[in-house]
Amino acid sequence: MFEAITRRFTDIIGNITRKKITEGNIKETLREIRVALLEADVAFEVIKDFLAKVEAEALGDRVLKGVNPGQQFISVVYEEMAKLMGPVDTSLHYAQQGPTVILMAGLQGSGKTTTCGKLALLLKTEQKRRPLLVAADVQRPAAVEQLKKLGEQIGVPVFSESGVKPPQICLHSLDFAKRQGCDTVILDSAGRLHIDEAMMAEVKEVAALTTPQEIFLVCDAMTGQDAVKSAKQFNEQLSLTGVILTKLDGDARGGAALSVKAITGKPIKFVGVGEKLENTLKPFRPDGMAQRILGFGDVLQLVDDARKVVNAEEATQLQEKLLSATFNLNDFLKHISAVKKMGSMKDLLKMVPGLGAHVDDMGVEDKELSQIEAIIQSMTPKERERPEILNTSRRDRIARGAQVARTEVDGLLKQFQMMKKFMDEFSRAGGKGPLGKIKALASAKKQMSDITGMMHKMVEATGPQQQKGTQKGRGGPQQPGNPKTGSASGLSKDEIRKRRKAERQNKKKNRR
Amino acid sequence: MFRKWFGKKENLEEPQPPAQGDEPLSTKASPKAAEGPQGPEAQAMEAPDSEEPKKARWSLFGRALEKTRKGLKSLFTFRRTLDEAFVEEIEAELFGADFGPETVRALLDGPNGIRQAWKDKTITEAEEVREFLKRNLKAMLTRREVKLAQAATPPTVILVAGVNGTGKTTSIAKLARRLRDDGKSVVLAAADTFRAAAVEQLTIWSQRLGVDIVTGKPQADPASVAYQGAETALATGVDYLIVDTAGRLHTQVNLMRELRKIRDVLSKKIPGSPHECLLVLDATTGQNALNQAKLFQAEVELSGIILAKLDGTAKGGIVVAINNQLDIPVKMIGVGEKLEDMEPFDVDKFVDAVFE
Repeated sequence: MFEAITRRFTDIIGNITRKKITEGNIKETLREIRVALLEADVAFEVIKDFLAKVEAEALGDRVLKGVNPGQQFISVVYEEMAKLMGPVDTSLHYAQQGPTVILMAGLQGSGKTTTCGKLALLLKTEQKRRPLLVAADVQRPAAVEQLKKLGEQIGVPVFSESGVKPPQICLHSLDFAKRQGCDTVILDSAGRLHIDEAMMAEVKEVAALTTPQEIFLVCDAMTGQDAVKSAKQFNEQLSLTGVILTKLDGDARGGAALSVKAITGKPIKFVGVGEKLENTLKPFRPDGMAQRILGFGDVLQLVDDARKVVNAEEATQLQEKLLSATFNLNDFLKHISAVKKMGSMKDLLKMVPGLGAHVDDMGVEDKELSQIEAIIQSMTPKERERPEILNTSRRDRIARGAQVARTEVDGLLKQFQMMKKFMDEFSRAGGKGPLGKIKALASAKKQMSDITGMMHKMVEATGPQQQKGTQKGRGGPQQPGNPKTGSASGLSKDEIRKRRKAERQNKKKNRR
Repeated sequence: MFRKWFGKKENLEEPQPPAQGDEPLSTKASPKAAEGPQGPEAQAMEAPDSEEPKKARWSLFGRALEKTRKGLKSLFTFRRTLDEAFVEEIEAELFGADFGPETVRALLDGPNGIRQAWKDKTITEAEEVREFLKRNLKAMLTRREVKLAQAATPPTVILVAGVNGTGKTTSIAKLARRLRDDGKSVVLAAADTFRAAAVEQLTIWSQRLGVDIVTGKPQADPASVAYQGAETALATGVDYLIVDTAGRLHTQVNLMRELRKIRDVLSKKIPGSPHECLLVLDATTGQNALNQAKLFQAEVELSGIILAKLDGTAKGGIVVAINNQLDIPVKMIGVGEKLEDMEPFDVDKFVDAVFE
């Protein structure tokens, strides 16, 4: 399904770029896009309105008389979608006086409690607020316990009360917040069905008693057509002020984002992208989301992740290296380790624009990464820096060290050379904006039959990435087939050597 | 006290167990698990379900699907002419039920689809469309055994998995209740050692149900909890072992391997197990459910699906595609928050409920 939709979009782009848009063939194209959007779980009725807008726009002067109608058509689709989901609004309204109240509501299992924890942490660290978490979910067994544990983890107080109804708990929590000097109260309500009248009345009562500055609907990004129904009800009953979209770290296209925004008109404020509490609640970006729904890959998110965790200087250095001839196996190794830490290779590749549909055909296996790593780790620093010195006996030794066949070592080196070559071409072919990139990628696709090439492309498209945070304490078994040969310190030794050299040169400079 | 737990209004008054439940939790935390097989029967007497006599199960199911039915019915009740507008209305309804483009396309434009039949004059009236769709949909759903498997020699091991927030733990409680009411002995293994208070959640259910539970230390290797569960099940000679696992996104390779490990540990300790490996799907999930099923299938060979949360307005139509493409049958459905709100899936009734 996933491959299907991305492939479809790649096809649409392919078809449309070849021919001129006319009123005749636009119907056919729109129908294709409609199916793609349905596969992305955008609600049926939302699609209808959306495509009407796109059609009107596309048939205007701008596209038909433009230089490149095909590309412009796709950008109309993209822009309209981003526009519909925008504008960016991640502001939070705080009370002028007394504690600010944020009410979190949503269906069961949408991720309210976890999101409460994330929001509290975000407010605490980035906004310097003093949040209080309120356990108003007395429905689900151990929900209160769960919030308490989360509060403990992030050092935020949690208010709970037993034997009292949720509206009263929430009301009492306000006094508690004042006494404790907390300035922001986050109410974690129980999950409820939008058609459950008693439960909806209850949450309405909570809102009436606490007059929240913000009422957020927490919505699972994997939600299908039902998203419009539930969002509509919650909005009507609660007058939402915003939406938080959760579980976006999966591979759902997230069409629910478009549906919910179109139906409620309320801004999507944040997206949840992981189970950890730190750094997993991100500002919503309509353009990134539009790309994701359209299968272009959420490049912006990746770039942002990379920027956050990689120190900027290091990033520029690596990027420069990638584009220059000095890129060597050391950098390659560094890159592989980073990629591995980010999780599934396939998953990452799917986020690259234009690549999504082809990842499965490429035969990427995550264990290959471990093998490559083992091979490079079995090389001496000198060999890593200058792969051209690798003669037969050196290669044999490396193969023994990494416990692989000689041919694997040869293959890797060959791939490395190809990758360098590809990099050169790619950097020359680079176009403007996402569409230019897609075009460049399409033209380079033939050379992308090997894993290293792909990684490369990813680097080029997104900038170097570092670990997006694999979950600590949630590892799973060790990756098989990862012989611990060579030493990780080989890399750092090499770095130390370089640094020393640089220091020496600096000293020299200073002396002068 | 258990009584309070039932009925919507009383629900709200229920004192939150974990608030005062410190002692039972701390004892449970002992890694040795096996809370002692002190009679599930004794507590079973008190258990809530006897309160609500077994309603006609399918009335629940019917209720869950009522909305779809109403929607579709409105199309059929007025005398309509079979025209393109009518077919498009049906299309919209089918999409609205999350059947997904492929299933809808097959139902409308496939070789046995409505449009072809219309062209061939197999159907000429709008009224016939309903029966026609019903027939086709039933044909699409492969008739596989949807009864839960039972091991030749106990214990029967049921492994339950799914992405975050689909309703695994609640489904397990419902499943345990069903089995217990059938006179089977059940032990639960709380192998979700990751999410905060997940173990406590299952523990509370086990207390309410009066079934045994095996827990591990927080952050313990979930496979080790599953292993202890298997050991306990063998030692105490229970009929069923149900293993709860942490919610995991199907795209997280390491976590999927962890699940594989749990499965492997179980089958090593109890050959032939797990006899059921069930994926819990949230009925509100859209097309992504197919991806979920695919990847879970690839890692742990699913034997069936529990379709949860069918009591909302969502229809879970994606299960047709899953059944069709992956041959994984829906075995149970969840139709409410109460313990008895679970029933076996039935193709004919499912389809009939959608179209009647």
